[in-house]
Amino acid sequence: MPIPHYLPHSSLQQLFEALTEDGYAIVGPQAKENRIDFGEIRNTAELPWGIGLIQDAGASQLVDGPKNRCFAWANGPQAMKPLLFAPREPLWQIRHGKNGYVVDAINPETRRLAVIGLRPCDLSALRIQDQHFLEGQYPDSHYGARREGLLVIAVNCTHPAATCFCASTGDGPGAKESFDIALTEDDNGFVVETGSPEGEQILARLALKEALSTQMETAADNLRNAASSQRRSLVSDNLRDVLMSRLDHPHWDEVAERCLACGNCTAVCPTCFCHAEIEEASLGGNHSLHSREWDSCFGERHGYIHGKQLRPEIKQRYRQWLTHKLATWHDQFGRSGCVGCGRCIACCPVGIDITEEAAALLK
Amino acid sequence: MKNTLPRLAVHKFSSCDGCQLAFLNAGEALLTLSRRAEIIHFSEAGWENPLAKVDIAFVEGSISTPKDLERIKAVRESANTLVTIGACATAGGLQALRNGVKQFADWVGDVYASPEYIQSLPESRPISAHVKVDLELWGCPVTGKQVLDALGDLLNGITPVNSSEPVCSECKRSGHVCVLVSKKEPCMGPVTRTGCGALCPAFGRACYGCFGPAEQANTASLAKQFEHMGLSAKDISRRFLFITSATQPFSDTGHGYLEQEDV
Repeated sequence: MPIPHYLPHSSLQQLFEALTEDGYAIVGPQAKENRIDFGEIRNTAELPWGIGLIQDAGASQLVDGPKNRCFAWANGPQAMKPLLFAPREPLWQIRHGKNGYVVDAINPETRRLAVIGLRPCDLSALRIQDQHFLEGQYPDSHYGARREGLLVIAVNCTHPAATCFCASTGDGPGAKESFDIALTEDDNGFVVETGSPEGEQILARLALKEALSTQMETAADNLRNAASSQRRSLVSDNLRDVLMSRLDHPHWDEVAERCLACGNCTAVCPTCFCHAEIEEASLGGNHSLHSREWDSCFGERHGYIHGKQLRPEIKQRYRQWLTHKLATWHDQFGRSGCVGCGRCIACCPVGIDITEEAAALLK
Repeated sequence: MKNTLPRLAVHKFSSCDGCQLAFLNAGEALLTLSRRAEIIHFSEAGWENPLAKVDIAFVEGSISTPKDLERIKAVRESANTLVTIGACATAGGLQALRNGVKQFADWVGDVYASPEYIQSLPESRPISAHVKVDLELWGCPVTGKQVLDALGDLLNGITPVNSSEPVCSECKRSGHVCVLVSKKEPCMGPVTRTGCGALCPAFGRACYGCFGPAEQANTASLAKQFEHMGLSAKDISRRFLFITSATQPFSDTGHGYLEQEDV
């Protein structure tokens, strides 16, 4: 384990410059239109300095936060997912050629991205997305092309929201792996750890001092407090058997009365990967564009097979989502599909809370 | 060659003409279309041939007058495939707000100087209430892409995709701020059919529900959420009784809150 260093806030711009020198485009959080939004940034002044975030079931509100912090919030609706798994993208085009149909693959334009501000829950989700898109029998070339050359600068979570429960899923608030650089913020700067040769190589150029033991203690204290301040939790990290034995539980009907089947939970879930493929034939009849887009198990086409809708009711769709996420995910990926980020709770228009629903289903 | 092209008609019933602009504003696509099909009837663009046999008839507007009722039967007879475009043709439109209103006859007298010239059916109803419809395109108005994609699919012999997913799906793909969660605006997006590209949320406004109910529109739950947000029964009823007021479940939810307001 490399020795932790200390990066004062005043030197953060040097890190940005080192990344730029290495040819990275930097993506990071910004306070935009009442939420935390990840986008391209060049200057540390663009980070959400002095911003706090209050999230609760069905509610998300930016507020004033500590002036000398730029990571004093938990998360926005999206972080890594749309950067690697595009919400909509063309895959190929098919057209009439001289000797029949011609298929032109459409490869994504990619850049080397350095993403700063990913939370430990986001890193866990990234591992699951990698497993899904890259480690199966058919690796996804579009995801793979974006993933290659990605540099991850995680920021440990010192300000969890009321919707957070990563401590109970074991995914946070401190990052253990899957980062190149990990930062823990205090009032003056960051305790910095590296998790890869790339991360070390970049940090070595910043001439940072080793972190003082007091700085490391503050960081550890902050993370302990972040864990103990979380009020929500998932009752167990493996609900597979218990949920699969409750497929007829009356609570599914109760949730279905509230659930809007709008799919917002699946869109913001950092581990949800379902997509639909769409074909757009041209008006001229000479070519057709084949694309894919985010889909949701709450939507009509997800449960539709030729001539039959397998899940015509909201109840069945919510059950599909929850039992996949918390139960059958274990068979597929060797862990639960929930990383405790709480996005589905904050972004549900009617405030449906996965931790409460799971608890109710266990009764 | 010309004679073998599929024949199209665009008809107008009780409506504002706005949905026909999907064709008129199509620009270059019209040149492409002219190579794929022949437009036989389209009054707003100058072709007048309302009873000619066609392969595809697009119908804008609702059935609101006795004359509409006669004409739609003739249009149905004339066309192999009938496609409704827009909220009026598909759901009865804004004018369906008069449905079930007891003082309707008085209103006509109040509004028109010579009410004896006004011949309206008691209700404004969608085309499908009177004749068989093969494809219904929702929207107020429909978009050019929506109409031309459907037309392209029909000309290419493909069943048109006609998504009924909620606006939220498109809103999240586009990365817009959720106006319900972040601004507590009474957004209809979770229960409204997509098609507009989440236009209003893109500008920070709550969805008005122009495209009608989504496939699983849990209006009761969304209305309850509007109550929690502090909307009055009257305001809630107005969210649901607007552009597609005659369509379920918007109609029942809206009228339920309207009655609460009356009490």
